Amino acid sequence: MSGKPVLHYVSVRGRMEPVKWLLAAAGVEFEERILKTKDDLQKLRTDGCLLFQQVPMVEIDGMKMVQTRAILNYIAGKYNLYGKDLKERALIDMYVEGMADLYDIIMNHDFKPANEKEKDLANIMDKATNRYLPVFEKVLKDHGHDFLVGNKLSRADVNLLETILMVEEFKPDALAKFPLLQSFKARMSNIPSIKKFLQPGSPRKPPLQEKDIPNLLAIFS
Amino acid sequence: MSEKPRLTYINGRGRMESIRWLLAAAGVEFEEIFLQTREQLLKLGQDGSLMFHQLPLVEIDGMKLVQCRAILSYIAGKYNLYGKDLKERALIDMYVEGISDLMQLILMFPFSPPEAKEKNIATISEKATERYFPVFEKVLKQHGQDFLVGNRFSWADVQLMEAILAVEEKVPSVLSGFPQLQAFKTKMSNMPTIKKFLQPGSPRKPPPDENYVATVMKIFKLD
Repeated sequence: MSGKPVLHYVSVRGRMEPVKWLLAAAGVEFEERILKTKDDLQKLRTDGCLLFQQVPMVEIDGMKMVQTRAILNYIAGKYNLYGKDLKERALIDMYVEGMADLYDIIMNHDFKPANEKEKDLANIMDKATNRYLPVFEKVLKDHGHDFLVGNKLSRADVNLLETILMVEEFKPDALAKFPLLQSFKARMSNIPSIKKFLQPGSPRKPPLQEKDIPNLLAIFS
Repeated sequence: MSEKPRLTYINGRGRMESIRWLLAAAGVEFEEIFLQTREQLLKLGQDGSLMFHQLPLVEIDGMKLVQCRAILSYIAGKYNLYGKDLKERALIDMYVEGISDLMQLILMFPFSPPEAKEKNIATISEKATERYFPVFEKVLKQHGQDFLVGNRFSWADVQLMEAILAVEEKVPSVLSGFPQLQAFKTKMSNMPTIKKFLQPGSPRKPPPDENYVATVMKIFKLD
């Protein structure tokens, strides 16, 4: 029976993109149902599909899962991308939560008023290059392994690659001072399932464009 | 050897309170360090104790854990408050994350300007009574069990209890339409570890006041 997971979200990256990354990295094919109008969202609500009336929602293994972190935790656990024990999970969680903080400010950037964008971008780059990327450069340097935790691919590695690519979209030379992150990026990009996700035609979404914003705001109003 | 976990934060609820709740509910005694100056925070950062230069920090089992969710997940896992399998964990995670969205409104409330406070209380009340509490009322009604997941005490129950009490501090009659949650609150209050935590003199912190807000602004230098 086992159908593919079905992802319900809008057409942009938003809060669903890390879920796509993780499923793709795990080699799991999935379907997408794109919400285009407020009515589409309302229908999911009135059908009782959304526990807290919100998307993302992922249909997987007979569940209608909501809340991005719950979804990611489940996928990571199911596909053995969550470390081998509680302590490895704790490390993975710390790394992932740090990156989630950075992801939030990146995601919110597109919705800042025009006169705040430059200052906000400077804040993003400051946090990325002074608070977050150095941590992962050091982790890789200290243990010399290919992956962040336990010498094995985990959700933290997938998350870090996604984060690196997003930061580079703002500033292409963001990794200039981080040689180990550069080689990490190259290695990760060559993992077959990830390489496939990085190719045109994959479910990966492009950065948000200004023209998409009014419709988004209308759907979530 | 097993030392007690050590919590480093300011002397107030903030982002550490959920951790205090969970440790207390698990019957785990802990020590606390309360920062009073920004210099102390910066020094911790320089010492390499804070992975992302932020609090909360919990030293437990030889690790310096940061990031609330990482800390809470570890404690829940260690003390068997995280369900028996992946699917129970998924339910617990969904419930905890939903409650966390509600708690975020409460967390931010003390920092809202005076003229916005009435509106913010109305928002908290609306979200609690229309989006979040109905979900848990229904869960409890449908399975008729004492606990939210797997007929067994879990992190989700602790988090819901904390949220109910926090919202009641702002909206005293908030449970009036939720008989299952009222019964749940009573049952939770009578669990020995939680009962102890709810008594005066426990590590539970009082509701945030102006002093708390001033301390947060000074130490964390929020914009």
